[in-house]
Amino acid sequence: MAGWKDEVEEIIFPGKICVPYSWTVGSTLSKWYVQLRDDGEIWANRCPSCGKVYVPPKIKCIDCYKDMNDWIKLPGTGTVETYTVVHYSEPGLHPKKPPFVYGVIKMDGADTGLVHLIDGVDPDKVKVGMRVQAVMAKERDGHITDIKHFKPIA
Amino acid sequence: MERVAVIGVGQTKYSAGMRETFHELVFDVATKALKDAGITIKDIDNVVSVSSDFWDGRTISSMAISDASGAFGKDISTVEGDGTFGVLYGMMRILSGSFGTTMVVAHHKGTESNMNGITNTSFDPLVERKLGLDAVSSAALQARRYMTTSGGSEEQFAMVSVKNHGNAMNNPFAMLPMEITVEDVMASRMLATPIKKLDCSPVTDGAAAVVLAAERNAKKFTTNKKRVWLNGVGHCSDAYRLGDRDLADTRALKQAAKMAYDMAGVTLDDIDVAEVYDAFSYMEPMWLEGLGFCEDGMGPEMTERGTFNMDGALPVNPSGGRLSANPVQVAGLAALIECVLQIRGEAGKRQVKKAEKALAHGINGMCGQSHCVWILGK
Repeated sequence: MAGWKDEVEEIIFPGKICVPYSWTVGSTLSKWYVQLRDDGEIWANRCPSCGKVYVPPKIKCIDCYKDMNDWIKLPGTGTVETYTVVHYSEPGLHPKKPPFVYGVIKMDGADTGLVHLIDGVDPDKVKVGMRVQAVMAKERDGHITDIKHFKPIA
Repeated sequence: MERVAVIGVGQTKYSAGMRETFHELVFDVATKALKDAGITIKDIDNVVSVSSDFWDGRTISSMAISDASGAFGKDISTVEGDGTFGVLYGMMRILSGSFGTTMVVAHHKGTESNMNGITNTSFDPLVERKLGLDAVSSAALQARRYMTTSGGSEEQFAMVSVKNHGNAMNNPFAMLPMEITVEDVMASRMLATPIKKLDCSPVTDGAAAVVLAAERNAKKFTTNKKRVWLNGVGHCSDAYRLGDRDLADTRALKQAAKMAYDMAGVTLDDIDVAEVYDAFSYMEPMWLEGLGFCEDGMGPEMTERGTFNMDGALPVNPSGGRLSANPVQVAGLAALIECVLQIRGEAGKRQVKKAEKALAHGINGMCGQSHCVWILGK
Protein backbone atom coordinates (compact mmCIF):
# COMPACT_ATOMS: atom_id res chain seq x y z
CA MET A 1 0.00 0.00 0.00
CA ALA A 2 2.73 2.43 1.02
CA GLY A 3 5.33 0.86 -1.25
CA TRP A 4 6.19 4.24 -2.75
CA LYS A 5 7.79 5.18 0.58
CA ASP A 6 10.55 2.63 0.05
CA GLU A 7 11.34 4.14 -3.35
CA VAL A 8 11.32 7.84 -2.53
CA GLU A 9 14.55 9.83 -2.41
CA GLU A 10 14.81 11.17 1.16
CA ILE A 11 15.81 14.83 1.34
CA ILE A 12 17.50 16.40 4.39
CA PHE A 13 17.75 20.16 4.98
CA PRO A 14 20.81 21.14 7.03
CA GLY A 15 20.05 24.11 9.26
CA LYS A 16 21.37 26.31 12.02
CA ILE A 17 19.68 28.77 14.37
CA CYS A 18 21.77 31.79 15.30
CA VAL A 19 19.89 34.22 17.52
CA PRO A 20 21.71 36.89 19.51
CA TYR A 21 20.80 37.51 23.16
CA SER A 22 21.88 40.06 25.73
CA TRP A 23 21.30 38.55 29.15
CA THR A 24 21.03 40.90 32.10
CA VAL A 25 23.38 39.61 34.77
CA GLY A 26 21.50 41.21 37.67
CA SER A 27 22.82 43.15 40.66
CA THR A 28 23.97 40.15 42.72
CA LEU A 29 26.05 38.44 40.06
CA SER A 30 27.16 41.78 38.56
CA LYS A 31 28.66 42.72 41.94
CA TRP A 32 30.37 39.34 42.05
CA TYR A 33 31.81 39.68 38.55
CA VAL A 34 33.01 43.26 39.15
CA GLN A 35 34.93 42.10 42.23
CA LEU A 36 36.35 39.22 40.27
CA ARG A 37 37.30 41.41 37.30
CA ASP A 38 38.67 44.50 39.09
CA ASP A 39 40.19 42.99 42.24
CA GLY A 40 40.75 39.34 41.34
CA GLU A 41 38.75 38.38 44.43
CA ILE A 42 36.12 35.69 44.92
CA TRP A 43 33.25 36.82 47.12
CA ALA A 44 30.27 34.92 48.48
CA ASN A 45 27.00 35.88 50.15
CA ARG A 46 25.41 34.55 53.31
CA CYS A 47 21.83 33.79 54.29
CA PRO A 48 20.80 36.01 57.23
CA SER A 49 18.57 33.23 58.51
CA CYS A 50 20.48 29.93 58.28
CA GLY A 51 23.97 31.33 57.71
CA LYS A 52 24.56 29.26 54.58
CA VAL A 53 27.27 30.81 52.40
CA TYR A 54 26.85 30.65 48.62
CA VAL A 55 29.43 30.96 45.89
CA PRO A 56 28.61 32.06 43.23
CA PRO A 57 26.26 34.28 45.23
CA LYS A 58 22.50 33.75 45.18
CA ILE A 59 19.69 36.29 45.07
CA LYS A 60 17.88 34.30 47.75
CA CYS A 61 18.79 31.40 50.01
CA ILE A 62 17.30 28.30 48.40
CA ASP A 63 16.48 26.80 51.81
CA CYS A 64 15.08 29.87 53.61
CA TYR A 65 13.95 32.01 50.67
CA LYS A 66 15.47 35.06 52.38
CA ASP A 67 17.21 38.04 50.75
CA MET A 68 21.00 37.84 50.78
CA ASN A 69 22.68 41.09 51.81
CA ASP A 70 25.77 39.89 53.75
CA TRP A 71 28.86 39.66 51.57
CA ILE A 72 32.08 37.94 52.58
CA LYS A 73 35.42 37.63 50.82
CA LEU A 74 36.67 34.10 50.33
CA PRO A 75 40.35 33.13 50.46
CA GLY A 76 40.12 31.51 47.01
CA THR A 77 41.15 28.10 48.26
CA GLY A 78 39.11 24.93 48.48
CA THR A 79 38.89 21.15 48.26
CA VAL A 80 38.01 19.03 45.23
CA GLU A 81 34.63 17.44 46.00
CA THR A 82 34.37 15.68 42.65
CA TYR A 83 36.05 15.90 39.24
CA THR A 84 36.13 14.42 35.78
CA VAL A 85 38.85 14.14 33.18
CA VAL A 86 37.19 14.93 29.86
CA HIS A 87 38.52 12.88 26.94
CA TYR A 88 36.09 13.77 24.17
CA SER A 89 36.39 16.78 21.93
CA GLU A 90 33.67 19.38 21.46
CA PRO A 91 35.53 22.30 19.88
CA GLY A 92 32.60 24.72 19.83
CA LEU A 93 31.92 24.24 23.55
CA HIS A 94 35.02 23.18 25.40
CA PRO A 95 37.42 25.84 26.68
CA LYS A 96 40.38 23.47 26.18
CA LYS A 97 41.50 20.51 24.12
CA PRO A 98 41.08 17.15 25.85
CA PRO A 99 42.21 15.79 28.16
CA PHE A 100 41.19 18.49 30.61
CA VAL A 101 39.56 18.46 34.03
CA TYR A 102 36.31 19.84 35.44
CA GLY A 103 35.82 19.85 39.18
CA VAL A 104 33.34 20.87 41.83
CA ILE A 105 35.43 22.82 44.33
CA LYS A 106 34.07 23.06 47.87
CA MET A 107 35.31 26.58 48.61
CA ASP A 108 36.84 27.40 52.00
CA GLY A 109 34.48 29.71 53.85
CA ALA A 110 31.45 28.68 51.76
CA ASP A 111 28.88 25.91 51.97
CA THR A 112 28.44 25.34 48.25
CA GLY A 113 30.62 24.06 45.46
CA LEU A 114 32.00 26.03 42.54
CA VAL A 115 32.13 24.22 39.21
CA HIS A 116 35.30 25.07 37.33
CA LEU A 117 38.41 23.82 35.55
CA ILE A 118 41.32 22.19 37.35
CA ASP A 119 44.73 22.61 35.71
CA GLY A 120 48.41 22.96 36.53
CA VAL A 121 48.51 19.24 37.32
CA ASP A 122 48.63 16.01 35.32
CA PRO A 123 44.93 15.13 34.83
CA ASP A 124 45.57 11.61 36.09
CA LYS A 125 46.91 13.01 39.38
CA VAL A 126 43.71 14.89 40.29
CA LYS A 127 42.02 13.33 43.35
CA VAL A 128 38.92 13.87 45.43
CA GLY A 129 39.95 15.77 48.54
CA MET A 130 42.85 17.53 46.82
CA ARG A 131 43.48 21.06 48.09
CA VAL A 132 43.36 23.67 45.33
CA GLN A 133 43.51 27.42 44.86
CA ALA A 134 42.07 29.74 42.26
CA VAL A 135 44.38 31.09 39.56
CA MET A 136 43.14 34.40 38.16
CA ALA A 137 43.33 35.20 34.46
CA LYS A 138 45.69 38.08 33.66
CA GLU A 139 43.18 39.73 31.34
CA ARG A 140 39.77 39.80 33.02
CA ASP A 141 36.47 40.88 31.47
CA GLY A 142 33.84 39.96 34.06
CA HIS A 143 33.09 36.31 33.20
CA ILE A 144 33.43 33.02 35.06
CA THR A 145 36.61 32.53 33.02
CA ASP A 146 38.21 35.44 34.97
CA ILE A 147 39.09 32.54 37.23
CA LYS A 148 41.49 30.82 34.81
CA HIS A 149 41.32 27.52 36.69
CA PHE A 150 42.06 25.93 40.07
CA LYS A 151 45.51 24.46 40.69
CA PRO A 152 46.79 22.22 43.47
CA ILE A 153 48.19 23.99 46.53
CA ALA A 154 51.84 23.01 46.52
CA MET B 1 -10.89 11.79 44.29
CA GLU B 2 -11.74 10.38 40.88
CA ARG B 3 -9.22 7.91 39.54
CA VAL B 4 -7.37 8.23 36.24
CA ALA B 5 -6.37 5.28 34.08
CA VAL B 6 -4.05 4.66 31.16
CA ILE B 7 -6.36 3.10 28.57
CA GLY B 8 -4.12 3.06 25.51
CA VAL B 9 -0.41 3.11 24.69
CA GLY B 10 1.66 3.41 21.54
CA GLN B 11 5.35 3.68 20.79
CA THR B 12 7.70 3.51 17.84
CA LYS B 13 10.62 1.17 17.74
CA TYR B 14 13.44 3.37 19.03
CA SER B 15 16.39 3.79 16.68
CA ALA B 16 18.91 6.23 15.26
CA GLY B 17 18.54 8.16 12.02
CA MET B 18 14.80 7.66 11.54
CA ARG B 19 13.62 9.12 8.26
CA GLU B 20 10.13 10.00 9.54
CA THR B 21 9.47 13.64 10.48
CA PHE B 22 8.29 14.62 13.97
CA HIS B 23 4.77 14.78 12.56
CA GLU B 24 4.93 11.31 11.11
CA LEU B 25 6.26 9.86 14.37
CA VAL B 26 3.57 11.60 16.43
CA PHE B 27 0.82 10.55 14.03
CA ASP B 28 2.09 6.97 14.19
CA VAL B 29 2.11 6.65 17.99
CA ALA B 30 -1.10 8.63 18.55
CA THR B 31 -2.86 6.32 16.08
CA LYS B 32 -1.43 3.26 17.83
CA ALA B 33 -2.54 4.51 21.26
CA LEU B 34 -6.08 5.18 20.02
CA LYS B 35 -6.26 1.75 18.41
CA ASP B 36 -4.94 0.17 21.60
CA ALA B 37 -7.66 1.92 23.60
CA GLY B 38 -10.28 0.97 21.03
CA ILE B 39 -11.42 4.56 20.58
CA THR B 40 -11.18 7.21 17.88
CA ILE B 41 -9.68 10.68 17.90
CA LYS B 42 -13.22 12.05 18.43
CA ASP B 43 -13.15 10.51 21.93
CA ILE B 44 -10.08 12.59 22.92
CA ASP B 45 -10.89 16.01 24.33
CA ASN B 46 -7.40 17.47 24.85
CA VAL B 47 -3.72 16.83 24.10
CA VAL B 48 -0.60 17.29 26.19
CA SER B 49 2.54 17.23 24.08
CA VAL B 50 6.02 16.73 25.46
CA SER B 51 8.83 18.24 23.47
CA SER B 52 11.82 20.57 23.60
CA ASP B 53 12.06 23.59 21.35
CA PHE B 54 15.86 23.41 21.30
CA TRP B 55 15.87 19.78 20.26
CA ASP B 56 13.20 20.32 17.62
CA GLY B 57 14.93 23.45 16.33
CA ARG B 58 11.71 25.43 16.38
CA THR B 59 9.92 27.43 19.02
CA ILE B 60 6.48 26.50 20.32
CA SER B 61 7.26 23.02 19.06
CA SER B 62 3.88 21.69 20.22
CA MET B 63 2.08 23.79 17.64
CA ALA B 64 3.98 22.09 14.84
CA ILE B 65 2.73 18.64 15.84
CA SER B 66 -0.78 19.64 16.92
CA ASP B 67 -2.44 18.30 13.76
CA ALA B 68 -0.51 15.05 13.96
CA SER B 69 -1.46 14.54 17.60
CA GLY B 70 -5.15 14.96 16.79
CA ALA B 71 -5.42 18.31 18.56
CA PHE B 72 -7.04 20.09 15.63
CA GLY B 73 -10.19 21.76 16.95
CA LYS B 74 -9.21 20.91 20.55
CA ASP B 75 -6.85 22.17 23.20
CA ILE B 76 -3.12 21.34 23.19
CA SER B 77 -0.65 22.34 25.87
CA THR B 78 2.98 21.39 26.34
CA VAL B 79 5.39 20.11 28.93
CA GLU B 80 9.01 20.89 28.14
CA GLY B 81 10.54 18.08 30.12
CA ASP B 82 10.35 14.35 30.61
CA GLY B 83 7.29 12.35 29.55
CA THR B 84 6.55 11.40 33.17
CA PHE B 85 5.81 15.08 33.82
CA GLY B 86 3.63 15.15 30.70
CA VAL B 87 1.51 12.39 32.22
CA LEU B 88 1.39 14.35 35.50
CA TYR B 89 0.04 17.38 33.66
CA GLY B 90 -2.37 15.22 31.68
CA MET B 91 -3.72 13.62 34.84
CA MET B 92 -4.09 17.01 36.55
CA ARG B 93 -6.09 18.32 33.60
CA ILE B 94 -8.51 15.42 34.02
CA LEU B 95 -8.68 15.79 37.81
CA SER B 96 -9.47 19.49 37.35
CA GLY B 97 -12.75 18.35 35.89
CA SER B 98 -12.14 20.21 32.65
CA PHE B 99 -11.33 17.17 30.54
CA GLY B 100 -12.28 13.51 30.37
CA THR B 101 -9.71 11.95 28.03
CA THR B 102 -6.18 13.23 27.48
CA MET B 103 -3.71 12.17 24.81
CA VAL B 104 -0.15 12.58 26.09
CA VAL B 105 2.37 12.37 23.27
CA ALA B 106 6.15 12.84 23.25
CA HIS B 107 8.59 12.95 20.37
CA HIS B 108 12.34 13.25 20.04
CA LYS B 109 14.89 13.06 17.25
CA GLY B 110 18.27 13.20 18.92
CA THR B 111 20.11 12.35 15.73
CA GLU B 112 18.96 15.55 13.99
CA SER B 113 20.87 17.84 16.34
CA ASN B 114 23.87 17.99 18.67
CA MET B 115 23.33 16.54 22.14
CA ASN B 116 26.32 18.20 23.77
CA GLY B 117 25.51 21.60 22.29
CA ILE B 118 21.88 21.42 23.37
CA THR B 119 22.52 20.12 26.88
CA ASN B 120 25.19 22.82 27.32
CA THR B 121 22.45 25.43 26.84
CA SER B 122 20.63 24.07 29.89
CA PHE B 123 23.38 25.61 32.03
CA ASP B 124 23.15 29.17 33.31
CA PRO B 125 24.50 31.51 30.61
CA LEU B 126 25.48 33.85 33.46
CA VAL B 127 27.78 31.31 35.12
CA GLU B 128 28.55 27.73 34.06
CA ARG B 129 27.60 27.62 30.39
CA LYS B 130 30.82 29.27 29.26
CA LEU B 131 32.82 26.46 30.87
CA GLY B 132 31.43 24.08 28.24
CA LEU B 133 29.67 21.60 30.54
CA ASP B 134 27.09 19.27 29.01
CA ALA B 135 25.06 16.21 29.96
CA VAL B 136 28.01 13.82 29.78
CA SER B 137 30.62 15.89 31.65
CA SER B 138 28.15 16.92 34.38
CA ALA B 139 27.01 13.30 34.79
CA ALA B 140 30.67 12.35 35.14
CA LEU B 141 30.99 14.80 38.07
CA GLN B 142 27.95 13.16 39.66
CA ALA B 143 29.25 9.63 39.01
CA ARG B 144 32.57 10.41 40.74
CA ARG B 145 30.76 11.97 43.68
CA TYR B 146 28.54 8.89 43.97
CA MET B 147 31.59 6.61 43.88
CA THR B 148 33.08 8.67 46.72
CA THR B 149 29.99 8.51 48.94
CA SER B 150 28.90 4.93 48.15
CA GLY B 151 32.22 3.22 47.55
CA GLY B 152 30.75 1.90 44.28
CA SER B 153 33.16 0.89 41.53
CA GLU B 154 33.22 1.41 37.78
CA GLU B 155 32.84 -2.36 37.39
CA GLN B 156 29.65 -2.32 39.47
CA PHE B 157 28.26 0.48 37.29
CA ALA B 158 29.23 -1.55 34.21
CA MET B 159 27.04 -4.40 35.53
CA VAL B 160 24.02 -2.11 35.11
CA SER B 161 24.90 -1.62 31.45
CA VAL B 162 25.36 -5.38 30.98
CA LYS B 163 22.02 -6.12 32.67
CA ASN B 164 19.98 -3.50 30.83
CA HIS B 165 21.39 -4.13 27.36
CA GLY B 166 20.73 -7.83 28.06
CA ASN B 167 17.14 -7.11 29.07
CA ALA B 168 16.71 -5.18 25.82
CA MET B 169 17.29 -8.45 23.93
CA ASN B 170 13.69 -9.27 24.86
CA ASN B 171 12.23 -5.86 23.96
CA PRO B 172 11.38 -5.37 20.28
CA PHE B 173 11.10 -1.58 20.87
CA ALA B 174 14.66 -1.19 22.22
CA MET B 175 17.41 0.33 20.11
CA LEU B 176 20.47 -1.41 21.56
CA PRO B 177 19.83 -5.01 22.55
CA MET B 178 23.30 -6.36 23.28
CA GLU B 179 24.95 -9.27 24.98
CA ILE B 180 27.98 -7.59 26.50
CA THR B 181 30.31 -8.16 29.43
CA VAL B 182 31.68 -5.94 32.18
CA GLU B 183 35.00 -6.14 30.33
CA ASP B 184 33.35 -4.74 27.17
CA VAL B 185 32.00 -1.77 29.12
CA MET B 186 35.33 -1.16 30.84
CA ALA B 187 37.18 -1.33 27.50
CA SER B 188 34.77 1.02 25.71
CA ARG B 189 35.99 4.52 24.89
CA MET B 190 36.56 6.78 27.88
CA LEU B 191 34.42 9.92 27.48
CA ALA B 192 34.75 11.69 30.83
CA THR B 193 36.11 9.72 33.78
CA PRO B 194 34.60 7.51 35.14
CA ILE B 195 32.05 7.40 32.29
CA LYS B 196 32.76 5.30 29.24
CA LYS B 197 30.75 4.98 26.05
CA LEU B 198 28.88 1.85 27.19
CA ASP B 199 27.95 3.58 30.47
CA CYS B 200 25.96 6.08 28.35
CA SER B 201 22.57 5.89 26.75
CA PRO B 202 22.55 6.26 22.96
CA VAL B 203 21.38 9.27 20.96
CA THR B 204 17.94 8.05 19.91
CA ASP B 205 14.93 8.93 17.79
CA GLY B 206 11.36 7.94 18.56
CA ALA B 207 7.96 8.83 19.91
CA ALA B 208 5.40 7.50 22.36
CA ALA B 209 1.81 8.25 23.34
CA VAL B 210 -0.62 7.28 26.06
CA VAL B 211 -4.34 7.90 26.39
CA LEU B 212 -5.44 8.87 29.90
CA ALA B 213 -9.07 8.68 30.92
CA ALA B 214 -11.14 9.72 33.89
CA GLU B 215 -12.63 6.73 35.70
CA ARG B 216 -16.07 7.28 34.14
CA ASN B 217 -14.56 7.23 30.62
CA ALA B 218 -12.09 4.46 31.35
CA LYS B 219 -14.88 2.12 32.34
CA LYS B 220 -16.98 3.14 29.35
CA PHE B 221 -14.25 2.70 26.75
CA THR B 222 -12.15 -0.24 27.90
CA THR B 223 -12.14 -3.64 29.46
CA ASN B 224 -10.73 -4.39 32.86
CA LYS B 225 -7.71 -6.10 31.29
CA LYS B 226 -6.77 -3.11 29.19
CA ARG B 227 -6.90 -0.32 31.73
CA VAL B 228 -4.12 0.36 34.19
CA TRP B 229 -4.68 2.81 37.03
CA LEU B 230 -2.41 5.67 37.95
CA ASN B 231 -2.42 4.85 41.66
CA GLY B 232 0.08 7.41 42.85
CA VAL B 233 2.45 10.11 41.71
CA GLY B 234 5.16 12.14 43.42
CA HIS B 235 7.38 14.92 42.16
CA CYS B 236 10.09 17.11 43.66
CA SER B 237 12.97 19.24 42.46
CA ASP B 238 16.40 20.08 43.88
CA ALA B 239 18.63 23.15 43.36
CA TYR B 240 19.45 24.28 39.80
CA ARG B 241 23.20 24.81 40.15
CA LEU B 242 25.29 21.66 40.43
CA GLY B 243 27.43 23.25 43.15
CA ASP B 244 24.37 24.04 45.28
CA ARG B 245 23.63 20.32 45.57
CA ASP B 246 25.50 17.34 46.91
CA LEU B 247 25.33 15.50 43.60
CA ALA B 248 25.07 12.09 45.31
CA ASP B 249 22.31 13.19 47.71
CA THR B 250 18.98 11.92 46.39
CA ARG B 251 16.84 14.08 48.67
CA ALA B 252 14.49 15.28 45.90
CA LEU B 253 13.82 11.73 44.73
CA LYS B 254 13.28 10.54 48.30
CA GLN B 255 10.56 13.14 48.71
CA ALA B 256 8.98 12.38 45.33
CA ALA B 257 8.98 8.65 46.09
CA LYS B 258 7.37 9.10 49.51
CA MET B 259 4.67 11.25 47.94
CA ALA B 260 3.95 8.59 45.30
CA TYR B 261 3.93 5.68 47.79
CA ASP B 262 1.65 7.55 50.19
CA MET B 263 -0.80 8.49 47.46
CA ALA B 264 -0.90 4.92 46.13
CA GLY B 265 -1.02 3.45 49.63
CA VAL B 266 1.81 1.05 48.84
CA THR B 267 5.02 -0.01 50.51
CA LEU B 268 8.22 -1.04 48.71
CA ASP B 269 7.28 -4.71 49.07
CA ASP B 270 4.16 -4.15 46.98
CA ILE B 271 6.15 -3.12 43.90
CA ASP B 272 6.79 -5.96 41.48
CA VAL B 273 8.77 -4.23 38.73
CA ALA B 274 10.40 -0.83 38.24
CA GLU B 275 11.54 1.28 35.30
CA VAL B 276 14.20 3.59 36.72
CA TYR B 277 15.95 6.46 34.93
CA ASP B 278 19.33 5.16 33.74
CA ALA B 279 20.66 7.54 31.09
CA PHE B 280 24.04 6.68 32.62
CA SER B 281 24.79 3.35 34.29
CA TYR B 282 25.69 4.81 37.72
CA MET B 283 22.28 6.46 37.94
CA GLU B 284 20.31 3.24 38.34
CA PRO B 285 21.79 2.20 41.71
CA MET B 286 21.83 5.82 42.90
CA TRP B 287 18.17 6.41 42.09
CA LEU B 288 17.26 2.98 43.53
CA GLU B 289 18.63 4.33 46.81
CA GLY B 290 16.49 7.45 46.43
CA LEU B 291 13.45 5.30 45.71
CA GLY B 292 14.14 3.40 48.92
CA PHE B 293 14.96 -0.02 47.43
CA CYS B 294 18.50 0.20 48.87
CA GLU B 295 19.98 1.85 51.91
CA ASP B 296 22.06 4.89 50.96
CA GLY B 297 25.35 3.69 49.50
CA MET B 298 24.18 0.10 48.99
CA GLY B 299 23.01 0.45 45.36
CA PRO B 300 26.21 -0.76 43.70
CA GLU B 301 26.57 -3.78 46.01
CA MET B 302 22.94 -4.84 45.58
CA THR B 303 23.35 -4.46 41.81
CA GLU B 304 26.34 -6.80 41.97
CA ARG B 305 24.33 -9.31 44.02
CA GLY B 306 21.74 -9.43 41.21
CA THR B 307 18.87 -8.00 43.25
CA PHE B 308 17.66 -6.01 40.23
CA ASN B 309 18.14 -8.69 37.56
CA MET B 310 15.12 -10.19 35.81
CA ASP B 311 15.29 -13.12 38.24
CA GLY B 312 16.12 -10.93 41.24
CA ALA B 313 13.92 -9.67 44.06
CA LEU B 314 12.95 -6.59 42.05
CA PRO B 315 13.42 -6.65 38.26
CA VAL B 316 14.57 -3.15 37.23
CA ASN B 317 14.38 -1.88 33.66
CA PRO B 318 13.06 -5.01 31.94
CA SER B 319 12.67 -2.85 28.82
CA GLY B 320 16.43 -2.36 28.67
CA GLY B 321 16.04 1.09 30.17
CA ARG B 322 17.35 4.36 28.83
CA LEU B 323 20.74 2.69 28.32
CA SER B 324 19.13 0.72 25.49
CA ALA B 325 17.09 3.61 24.01
CA ASN B 326 17.00 7.18 25.24
CA PRO B 327 14.75 9.43 23.21
CA VAL B 328 14.94 12.39 25.62
CA GLN B 329 11.49 13.63 26.74
CA VAL B 330 9.98 10.40 25.40
CA ALA B 331 12.12 8.36 27.82
CA GLY B 332 9.87 8.62 30.87
CA LEU B 333 6.78 7.97 28.80
CA ALA B 334 8.43 4.83 27.43
CA ALA B 335 9.19 3.78 31.03
CA LEU B 336 5.55 4.29 32.00
CA ILE B 337 4.36 2.38 28.92
CA GLU B 338 6.63 -0.52 29.85
CA CYS B 339 4.94 -0.57 33.27
CA VAL B 340 1.50 -0.63 31.60
CA LEU B 341 2.53 -3.55 29.37
CA GLN B 342 3.97 -5.42 32.38
CA ILE B 343 0.78 -4.97 34.40
CA ARG B 344 -1.41 -6.02 31.46
CA GLY B 345 0.77 -9.10 30.98
CA GLU B 346 1.66 -7.97 27.46
CA ALA B 347 5.43 -7.66 27.91
CA GLY B 348 6.28 -10.76 25.90
CA LYS B 349 9.59 -12.47 26.68
CA ARG B 350 10.47 -9.82 29.27
CA GLN B 351 7.25 -10.29 31.23
CA VAL B 352 7.75 -10.16 34.99
CA LYS B 353 5.56 -12.78 36.68
CA LYS B 354 2.58 -11.51 38.69
CA ALA B 355 3.34 -7.87 37.94
CA GLU B 356 0.50 -6.11 39.71
CA LYS B 357 2.18 -2.91 40.86
CA ALA B 358 4.85 -1.15 38.83
CA LEU B 359 6.98 1.93 39.35
CA ALA B 360 8.00 4.36 36.59
CA HIS B 361 10.58 7.06 37.24
CA GLY B 362 11.65 10.03 35.12
CA ILE B 363 13.90 13.00 35.66
CA ASN B 364 14.22 16.51 34.37
CA GLY B 365 17.24 18.77 34.49
CA MET B 366 20.95 18.08 34.68
CA CYS B 367 22.03 15.24 37.00
CA GLY B 368 18.43 14.56 38.00
CA GLN B 369 17.48 17.99 39.31
CA SER B 370 13.82 17.02 39.46
CA HIS B 371 12.04 13.69 39.67
CA CYS B 372 8.65 12.24 38.88
CA VAL B 373 7.66 8.86 40.32
CA TRP B 374 4.56 6.92 39.26
CA ILE B 375 2.92 3.89 40.83
CA LEU B 376 0.68 2.00 38.42
CA GLY B 377 -1.59 -0.90 39.22
CA LYS B 378 -4.43 -3.13 38.12
